[in-house]
Amino acid sequence: MSKTSSSIYEPLDDASGLSIRGVRKVFCGADGVEVHALDGVSLSIAAGEMVSLIGPSGCGKSTLLRLIAGLDYPNSGELRVGSKPIEGPSAERGLMFQDPNLFPWLSVRRNVQAGLVARGVLRERRHEVEEFIRLVGLEPFANVYPHQLSGGMAQRAALARALVNHPKVLLLDEPLGALDQFTRMQMQDEVLRVWQARRTTLLLVTHDIDEAIYMSDRIAIMTPRPGRLERVLDVPLARPRQRNSAAFLELRAQILEMLNFAGNGKPKPAPSSPATSAKPE
Amino acid sequence: MPARPPRDFRGVVVALPTVAAAASYGLHALVPNNDPGLQSNFYPELILLVLAAAVVFAAWARLLPRFRPSGVYAAPLFTAAIITVAIWDLVTTKLALLPMPYFPGPELVLQGLVDDRWVLLESTFYSFRLLFCGYALGVLAGLTSGVLMGWFRQVRYWGMPIMKLIGPIPATAFVPLVMVMFDEPFFSGAALIALATWFPVAMLTSSGVANVPASYFDVAKTLGAGRHFLVFRVAIPAAMPNVFIGLFMGMGAAFLTLIVAETVGVRAGLGFYFKMQKDYFEFGKVYASLLIMALFFSGFMTLLFKIRDRVLGWQKGVIRW
Repeated sequence: MSKTSSSIYEPLDDASGLSIRGVRKVFCGADGVEVHALDGVSLSIAAGEMVSLIGPSGCGKSTLLRLIAGLDYPNSGELRVGSKPIEGPSAERGLMFQDPNLFPWLSVRRNVQAGLVARGVLRERRHEVEEFIRLVGLEPFANVYPHQLSGGMAQRAALARALVNHPKVLLLDEPLGALDQFTRMQMQDEVLRVWQARRTTLLLVTHDIDEAIYMSDRIAIMTPRPGRLERVLDVPLARPRQRNSAAFLELRAQILEMLNFAGNGKPKPAPSSPATSAKPE
Repeated sequence: MPARPPRDFRGVVVALPTVAAAASYGLHALVPNNDPGLQSNFYPELILLVLAAAVVFAAWARLLPRFRPSGVYAAPLFTAAIITVAIWDLVTTKLALLPMPYFPGPELVLQGLVDDRWVLLESTFYSFRLLFCGYALGVLAGLTSGVLMGWFRQVRYWGMPIMKLIGPIPATAFVPLVMVMFDEPFFSGAALIALATWFPVAMLTSSGVANVPASYFDVAKTLGAGRHFLVFRVAIPAAMPNVFIGLFMGMGAAFLTLIVAETVGVRAGLGFYFKMQKDYFEFGKVYASLLIMALFFSGFMTLLFKIRDRVLGWQKGVIRW
């Protein structure tokens, strides 16, 4: 789609790469047991790159995303956007959850506007709201309240809301996890289209290996207890990608192998054990 | 064998109010009054008015070529109201089955309404003024303290014990105290109503604000929200369904306190009129003032429901009034 003449497609800032160095995060459980959610995680993401974080439940993917969003703080290590350290939540890092978390008391349009209102720039940039609503294809539903939307439409609205501040970095925490298979594949194309048009740096947390391969430039594989970055894989497939191409399936097999889920007789990782199994460094 | 279509009774249903009104007029005209000295003027006139209304209603509901669903829906209720009043007339004015003077018939109540119309209007105005001032004050105090307690942990720590101690005391328990504190009974009445309103509004508001899902705040923060936005654009709107429960509970408490205040101290208003007429044994006027109260309080409730529907239009599955 060539809508690039429009004002919402600003050229990408070079300073919007993301660097994570030696990040540790320890949670204190209710029973006083320390849980090492993240243990020395380092990752660099170039400006405009899309990286997927995959791994089993409890490997600290969402924790890492919250740290990048600035909603939580690491015990040690460093997080930067460009050369600026992350010191708290900011409109330059947009976040989207599995639950769209639209404000139910606002219409779709007012939800999308919320970021402009929060920063006090609604007057100057109101015209962009309609463009973002159009970008996600919700023009007919701009005046509708969230409870009247389907799951996919609500996620589109949440995407538009996250984009309205022109974030340098977009953080997606299993945004499509609650959608049915068909809506999910459709929304994957939607997110890709938006990302290609906007070229933000994008970090996608997902449970879905196919989604990670289909969408991202690189895939970071995490392991749980303590949460560590196991490997980072390149996805050397040309876009648009074919979900059934041989290269796609080969990469998929390779990742399954790495996660010990290939089903070729190797033992699978133990099922989630209670927090008490977390061992100190 | 094809099932027979259900028979259509709608034509009968929309004619029922007319039949009921005509029958109650006939009943009133044929059965002699128990008290020969009682002149019935207003009641038969009222029935004739209702009869005319019923005919117009039937014509409207049966507007050819279709029935109006709302007319068909309302007809049984309309009929039941007419029949209830006719039975009331029968057991009081006509047959005197209920002890007098405590149970006057519709004729005496209507006479009371007509005779004292200006006094009743004035009383309604005084009641309205007192209720409005007290309720508004209580809502303002309740919303403010509720938001502060819901948002600031420190305020909750110090404020909650006070609210838990004072709140559950019925405001009417403070009547003797408050009456000596203010020279002007209007202020003591307003203070009592405000106190009665404050507790439920503050309680529900603070719990509403304190229980807003954290994810809304997370989203707002990543959209660049500062504290002002978090309080006024996230916490308070999200707490609104709770706040309205508090407003409804507060309104019930305010009605109760209004009537008590007007019965024991404030020398004006519907409660005062009610007590005065009871002391004079003017039970027709007592019921007349009750009728006005019913309309008055119901009107207030309806207004609050209308505001609620407006403010909470985004909610689904709310109770209708």
